[in-house]
Amino acid sequence: MLVTLLLVGLLAADLRFNALQTTRSALEVVAAPVYWVSDIPSRVSDWNQEHLVLRDELLEQNEQLRQENLVLQGRSLQMSSLQAENVRLRALLNSSALLRDDVLVAELIGVSPDPVRHQLVLNKGSNDGVFVGQPLIDADGLLGQIVEVSPINARALLITDATHSIPVQVNRNGVRAIAEGTGSLTLLEVHHVSATTDIREGDLLVSSGLGGRFPVGYPVAVVNEIERDPGEAFARITATPSAALERSRHVLLVFTSKPAGEN
Amino acid sequence: MDGQGAHAYWVIVFTFFTAMVLAVLPLPAWLAWGRPEWVALTLIYWVIALPHRVGITTAVLLGILLDVSEGAVIGQNAFALVSVALLALLLYQRLRVFSLWQQSAVVFVLVGINQMVCQWVQSLEGAGAQTMLFLLPAVSSALLWPFVLHSLRGLRRYYQVS
Repeated sequence: MLVTLLLVGLLAADLRFNALQTTRSALEVVAAPVYWVSDIPSRVSDWNQEHLVLRDELLEQNEQLRQENLVLQGRSLQMSSLQAENVRLRALLNSSALLRDDVLVAELIGVSPDPVRHQLVLNKGSNDGVFVGQPLIDADGLLGQIVEVSPINARALLITDATHSIPVQVNRNGVRAIAEGTGSLTLLEVHHVSATTDIREGDLLVSSGLGGRFPVGYPVAVVNEIERDPGEAFARITATPSAALERSRHVLLVFTSKPAGEN
Repeated sequence: MDGQGAHAYWVIVFTFFTAMVLAVLPLPAWLAWGRPEWVALTLIYWVIALPHRVGITTAVLLGILLDVSEGAVIGQNAFALVSVALLALLLYQRLRVFSLWQQSAVVFVLVGINQMVCQWVQSLEGAGAQTMLFLLPAVSSALLWPFVLHSLRGLRRYYQVS
C-alpha cells in the first residue's frame, strides 16, 4: 500500500511536474556502467575495423577520401564569397547576419530498448557543455534534441518519437508547418496544413527556427505523400526524415551562436 | 558463514546487473519488439528461490534503475516489477513444485502483467504502442524461462547463495 503510494507519487512527479530532473541525472551516473558494458560489442567491432584491415584496403580508402576531400574543398572555394554576399544581402534586407554554428562530435553508446521510445544515449555530458534542449544533427539532417544530461552522458529524443514535434518550413516557398513524430523511425506527419496550401510531394522541409529550440535551415524531412480529401479541412501529409535515424553512430551536437529564430 | 553471506549478495547483484545490460543491449529492429524482459525473469527467479532475501524493496530499486537506464518515466518499471514481485511472493510455494512448463505458463502471465502496466503508464504519457506487439516479450520470456532457471539455479548452487 505504502509502496503503491510512493510509486504513484514518483510517477506524478516525473510525468506532470518534471520534478525529478536532478535525481534522474544523478541516477543516470549509476546507470552509465550498464551502457558502458552493453556498448562493448560495437567497440570491439570498431576496433576490428580499425586494426585488422589490409594495407591495400587502407590505401584504397585513403585514395577515396583524398578525392572526396578535393571535391569538397573545390565546392567550399565559392563558399566564402557566397557567404559574404549573403551577409551583404541580409544587411540590405535589414536582418541580422546568420552566424555559423559550432558543433561537437558525440558517439552513440546506446539506443532506447523500448521500441515505442525513440531515444539515444550519447557519450558526452554536461562536462563537455551539453545542455538540455540542445539540437542534434548528423550529416544528412536534424536528428532530435537533448532531453537529459548527466556529467558524462546525455539522452536525446529523436524527431520521430511520438511525443516530439518540430516547427518546419518548406524549403521551396517558406510555408510553415509542424512535423510530428509518429513512433515509426521512417515517418513524420505534418499536421494542420490547409488543403489549398502550396506543398508538393518531394518538397524538402527544413527547420524554421520558430519556437527558439532548433536553429534555422537544417533539413528535417522530405514530403512523401499528400492526401487531399475535399471533405476535410486539412491535408494529410506524411514525410520521410532526412537524417539516418537508425544508422548514425557519430552525431553532431550544435551550439547555436545565438537563440535561433531571432533574425 | 559471514563470508558466504557476502558472497551471496555479490552473486545476486551480478545477475541483476547482467539482466540490466541485456535489457539495454541494442537489438536489430525486427527483434526489438520481442526482447525478453530479462530483469523481470531474474527477479522472478530470485523471489522463488529466496523469498526472504529478494522482494518488494528489491523490485522498487531495480525498477527505478531500469526506468533511468531505459529513459522511461520514473516509476513505470518500478510499478510493473513490484506487481510481478508481489504475485511471485504469493505464488512461490506453488511455483517451486510446478513442472518446468507449468512455471513457464506462470512466467508468461507475470511478464504479461509487467508489459501491461508499462503500456498503461506509457499511454498516460502519450507514447503507448499502437498494436498488441507489446505483449510479445511475454512469449519470448516464457520460452526463455527454462534457460534462465537452469543457469541461475546453477549459479546459486555453485556459490551456495542463501
